[in-house]
Amino acid sequence: MEIGLFHYLLVSAVLFCLGVFTIITRKNAILVLMGLELILNSANINFIAFAKYSGMNFDGHVAALFVIILAAAEVAVALAIFLNIYQNYKHVNIDEVSDLKE
Amino acid sequence: MDWIKIAFFGFAIIVIVSAGGVAFSRKMIYAAFSLLFTFFGVAGLYVLLNADFIAVTQIMVYIGGILILIIFGVMLTSKFTDLQIKSGTTGVLQITLAAIVCIIGLIFLILAFWNTEWYVQPVKDIHNTVEPIGMLLMTKYFLTFQIAAILLLVAFIGAAKIARRK
Repeated sequence: MEIGLFHYLLVSAVLFCLGVFTIITRKNAILVLMGLELILNSANINFIAFAKYSGMNFDGHVAALFVIILAAAEVAVALAIFLNIYQNYKHVNIDEVSDLKE
Repeated sequence: MDWIKIAFFGFAIIVIVSAGGVAFSRKMIYAAFSLLFTFFGVAGLYVLLNADFIAVTQIMVYIGGILILIIFGVMLTSKFTDLQIKSGTTGVLQITLAAIVCIIGLIFLILAFWNTEWYVQPVKDIHNTVEPIGMLLMTKYFLTFQIAAILLLVAFIGAAKIARRK
């Protein structure tokens, strides 16, 4: 058995489902953010795997690079919002946060 | 078993086990440190996929930046008396439903990946990936590159403005 495209897709599928499970079941906003990172990483594995197995097509690498850039921006903005929520509510449980301001 | 297979299965097991740690651990600090190992494992998979530049970027940006931000987030948004910061979960019924949905989704994904006839070309030998990526960023994706730079700047300025205490 040779390591091929399917094996990488398998790893990314498992990673994606664990990320979705984290997002659905956790209350804490930071952990939801971690699940989001898992999903972005699984998408990136797919990009790089298809880039290699379609004859080293570098467009996939550039797409993965942009995914990493967007993840960095998203985490910065999301943590700023969570800090504000914590100042107002003293917790970051997203099922109990229903107002954006008092 | 050649070493590529051993490396692949090692990294795949690291990724999946530590992602399970993120999904199932009770303490948030443990989840954050599991995420560290997930990012390392994914970087190893990138190396196996001949993407050395992306692997280094992954380690620098995800582990050096995003993970530190997340750990700061854990510390700053908890009543921090000891290391037992726990994350509540939704009820048992919701967890069961979520597990069922995720497992069904996983089975569908695997079946779809297995049954599709992917267009696969023989793998070319390449010497470095930095030069072609740089060429693409400066020619075909030039506008996207600039927009990403401006987006990053605006996002960080906005984050600093939002997070500042009144």
